[in-house]
Amino acid sequence: MERLTNRAKVMEQKPMSFMESLYLPAIFKGMAITFMHLFKKKATINYPEQQRPFSPVFRGLHVLNRDEEGRENCTACGLCAVACPAEAITMEAAERKSNEEHLYREEKYAAKYEINMLRCIFCGLCEEACPKDAIYLSETFAPSSFTRKSFIYSKDELLIPHPVNEPEKFAAAKGAREARQKN
Amino acid sequence: MMTLLFTMDLMLVLEKFLLIGAVISFALVVAMYTTYAERKIAAWMQDRRGPNRAGPFGLLQPVADGVKLFFKEEIIPLASNRFLFVLGPALAMITAMLTSAVIPWGEYIEILGRKISLQIADVNIGILYVFGVVSMGVYGIMIGGWASNNKFSLLAAVRGASQIISYELAMGLSLISLLMMTGSLSLKTIVEQQMNGSWNIIYQPLGFLIFIICVFAECNRTPFDLPEAENELNFGYHQEYSSMKLGLYLFSEYVNMFISSAVMATLFFGGYDIPFVDETALTASLGANLTALFCFLALFAKVLFFLFVFIWVRWTIPRFRYDQLMDLGWKKLIPLALANMIITAVVMLLIKN
Repeated sequence: MERLTNRAKVMEQKPMSFMESLYLPAIFKGMAITFMHLFKKKATINYPEQQRPFSPVFRGLHVLNRDEEGRENCTACGLCAVACPAEAITMEAAERKSNEEHLYREEKYAAKYEINMLRCIFCGLCEEACPKDAIYLSETFAPSSFTRKSFIYSKDELLIPHPVNEPEKFAAAKGAREARQKN
Repeated sequence: MMTLLFTMDLMLVLEKFLLIGAVISFALVVAMYTTYAERKIAAWMQDRRGPNRAGPFGLLQPVADGVKLFFKEEIIPLASNRFLFVLGPALAMITAMLTSAVIPWGEYIEILGRKISLQIADVNIGILYVFGVVSMGVYGIMIGGWASNNKFSLLAAVRGASQIISYELAMGLSLISLLMMTGSLSLKTIVEQQMNGSWNIIYQPLGFLIFIICVFAECNRTPFDLPEAENELNFGYHQEYSSMKLGLYLFSEYVNMFISSAVMATLFFGGYDIPFVDETALTASLGANLTALFCFLALFAKVLFFLFVFIWVRWTIPRFRYDQLMDLGWKKLIPLALANMIITAVVMLLIKN
């Protein structure tokens, strides 16, 4: 069999020599190794204060997108719900009224849009299925909670902040994604 | 005359009480922070950070642990023997504490012209007393494990008992060669001899090695922590315990470590002797109280070193298998200790003639 590395060692099963059967040299060697580790760089970080950068392909909580005027992109076509392997997405469509042009980009919109975060497997297929760039996965993960009900995220939780009314919050929610798409 | 004697005795009783209180609270605080050190050093050895949330550097962690244990529900299993179930942890803690009585923590201090010895009891059979109390320690484990009425606890208790009894033999034998040299069982005398001459570790390296291995086994520390082998026995002899009774068991292990470190330092590393310093000259220049403080600090430094070794070994060496443990105790350590005894005797005779 061809070996992947040259580090493999052939096991030798012969009786222990006198020095080996004393155990002590091996024990001191081991203790020297653990002692050296006292001064090594720590592999862990202080989590809430320090955070590791996410990978550019990280898939976290979903965000329902708006365009630059603050109109919702979603047309409730249902492609995301069909694509979802965990069947976590449900929605109800509604027709845009004549005075609602500033709210929804196209004639049809999602009156109700829910994602069950307990079912969701964060695969990102909804993002890939969406033809309107209306849903994408952000770089935050779902916070813990005590009730199952609170894990069913509705439109209030999913919608991105309004770009005109709340530009700072919008930029914060959007920021990482823009940079990601440029790469 | 009678009144004078009475007042003198009262002072002595008071002084001893204060000393006992000081030693026990000191031992408890050290044991408390040994748990912290254990977790911290374990973390560092595994490239982690360890507890750092409670207080600065996590220094309040042992307090948080203690408070948590106090607030836990106290459960006494229905099928257990109530009296023995309560007696077990108490006995474990008491025997862990008792040994501290004969350890000299320093020479003496002078308060209001009274010379106060820093040893609770200078018994002339000090080491014998230590052995007596240490062998009592097995009852804490045995009673606790048996009273729980749980097969894992019982198995752990039987393991613990046979382990401690086996290793006590080698421990005693390794000390006999030391006692042949010192000619005294009093710990104070042994320390004084080391202060005038050199430390016993120089004459008895093999004896010390056997002794420290046996101490590890007596304290149920890795690599000999078979009574609490989690993967084999769930939790060991304190499986059924909860709240502070469990705390006492866990805590007595650390008190045991502290006291055994003190015994090792006293027997082999000169006790409260400050290396390369003449204590009588120091007393003349600094006074008795300061000298006692420095002597105590020297002893404490040695104790801290041994505590570190305890922790260091625990996070380095894997556990022995039970038959390997018995092999090591009976087939290796006891013959070695006997050989050491004979060699010491022969050398001593050769030097004398």
